[in-house]
Amino acid sequence: MSDEGMTVENRVRGKREPMAMISRHGGLAALAVLLIFNLLVTPNFLQAQTLAVNVSQVATIALVAVGMTLVIATGGIDLSVGAVMALSGAMAPIIFTSEFAQAYPVPGLAAAFLLPLVAAFCCGMFNGALVALLGVQPIIATLIFFISGRGVAQVLTNGNLQTFTNPSFSYIGTARLLGIPVQGWLVALIAAVIWYVIRYTASGRYLLAVGGNERAARMAGVPVTRVKIMAYATCSVLSGLSGLIVVAINSASDAARIGNLMELDAIAAAVVGGAVLSGGRAPIWGAILGAVVIQLVKYTLLANGVADEIALIAKAGIIVAAVYAQQMRKG
Amino acid sequence: MANTDMFDLRGMVGRHAQMSGVWVALAAMIIFGLLRYENFGSAYNLGSFLNYNSMFIIISLGMCFVIMTGGIDLSVGYVAAFTSIVAAYLSPWGIVPALIGGVAAGVAFGAVNAILIVPMRLPPFIATLSTMLAAKGGALVISGKQTVAVDWESSFTKLGMEKAFGPIPWTIVLVAIAAVVLWIILERTALGRTVLAIGGSEEASGLMGLKVTRAKVFVYLLSGGCAGLAGVFLASGFGAGQPLEGTGWELTAIASVVVGGTLLTGGLGSIPATVGGALLLGLVFNLLNFENGRGTISLSAYWQMVIRGGVLFAVILLQARMNKSADRAN
Repeated sequence: MSDEGMTVENRVRGKREPMAMISRHGGLAALAVLLIFNLLVTPNFLQAQTLAVNVSQVATIALVAVGMTLVIATGGIDLSVGAVMALSGAMAPIIFTSEFAQAYPVPGLAAAFLLPLVAAFCCGMFNGALVALLGVQPIIATLIFFISGRGVAQVLTNGNLQTFTNPSFSYIGTARLLGIPVQGWLVALIAAVIWYVIRYTASGRYLLAVGGNERAARMAGVPVTRVKIMAYATCSVLSGLSGLIVVAINSASDAARIGNLMELDAIAAAVVGGAVLSGGRAPIWGAILGAVVIQLVKYTLLANGVADEIALIAKAGIIVAAVYAQQMRKG
Repeated sequence: MANTDMFDLRGMVGRHAQMSGVWVALAAMIIFGLLRYENFGSAYNLGSFLNYNSMFIIISLGMCFVIMTGGIDLSVGYVAAFTSIVAAYLSPWGIVPALIGGVAAGVAFGAVNAILIVPMRLPPFIATLSTMLAAKGGALVISGKQTVAVDWESSFTKLGMEKAFGPIPWTIVLVAIAAVVLWIILERTALGRTVLAIGGSEEASGLMGLKVTRAKVFVYLLSGGCAGLAGVFLASGFGAGQPLEGTGWELTAIASVVVGGTLLTGGLGSIPATVGGALLLGLVFNLLNFENGRGTISLSAYWQMVIRGGVLFAVILLQARMNKSADRAN
């Protein structure tokens, strides 16, 4: 797990206390347990197909979890991610099945990728503006799109399931590169860029400063408002991209279902990965690790015939354990 | 922020203006409805409106207490789904066992929240998120993913389907009693004052010797119990325990509390204004249904979601403006 944004104090204590080691590497430990369990118990676990299936599912959670990590780093939360996924996922098929796209396939396809992401960006700007400019609590500000975003998506599609065949669009959901689904590579690339930005650029350090102590950051001249708005906007764009991938995987778009309860998975993944809800830390690779753990839990239970409802309870237990371990570190 | 200042008189005036603003908005919508729609004021509409919204008012009351301490309870919706099933299973023994069983199941979930939040010191958002998932999973497990029919022979369905007097259903009578009791607890007891003090500053409250732990445990037990009661109403009113209900209820409750002027950061809140907030949000739907019924517009359920978000946005803008003007006045 990456350690960006950890305070010096934590770093020193991390070497001293065994509990801190467990909590810092809790996500890795969970991953190891899950892998060993699956190797021993789950039939056909060591197959390329298993890897591909899981990577393709992890990618959608991981994208949102990375965005959520940025928002949580500012001390906020974004409940609207699932609704934004539904919105962008509903828009794309409408665009590439339109007459314009039939007549001009290439600009049509570009529009099908770009316009939904622009819409997602606008949602994020809206969330960010409410939080940063008007001082609305993040949970309430993002509640607006949580409620109405999916409604807009369903109004656009009249609530209908849209099915389609469009190999060029489905590329981002179904293609493989070196045996691994292309969206897996995409997520790795995006995570690497965001990790670099946080670690080595001023904007990234600003983000952590805002979450660490907003008042101090403002006094030190950090553009707090801009940083916060950008965090929400990035989170929404990543959610929008995730929505496009879900639609591409399924070759179908159902506004009622895309991204349903994704906010919970994303928050859980971010927290398992080491994000602290009060802000100040942005463990990007941790978010990916968290997404992998969440997906592996789902897969393990599913592959061994455990019902969905038990999986929910297991997920609850994992979140509690991960955060409790974090609390132990804080003492 | 102005609202953290104890002696911030103008901010408080702004707050009270907003709390009474709920009643002004409510009155305006009722007058609009009465003038525009023939059957809006009918006993039938009043009865069914109150009966349906009794569930949301009761969870909003529990949520209000949690939020006043600066916490949050995301689990209420699925806890209500869970307890509706418990109540349905207990319904053959009559109304009292089903009522007590349902509320007790809710309190049990509240106790889990309290344990996670108070001794284990998990953030309320995460703790209640986990119980939310567990309650949903639990509801599906104990119901076998099916709605659980209540016993129609027993007295259980009377609670959710019959009127106490005139157009007033039994559910709203229970809710009114609960609201008055909670109002008295908040305004007139040490426990209630402690709840508000914790929201103002938990550390200062502890240093002043207030029983912080007791008050925090109380609010989560209360919220769980309120969700349990909402589940009993659900089972009784719809004749079945509903494992798939409850999605988004927590957000409706949070919205009602916020519309009622309670700050999410805690330290301030009003029971009557929360009831007003819940009625206001319910009334938006009621009016939309009437408008649909007139045939002048045809709003799908999808549009209603969009409009609900829009109403919340309008309220938030109003609240933010009031905060700003209160800030500027200082």
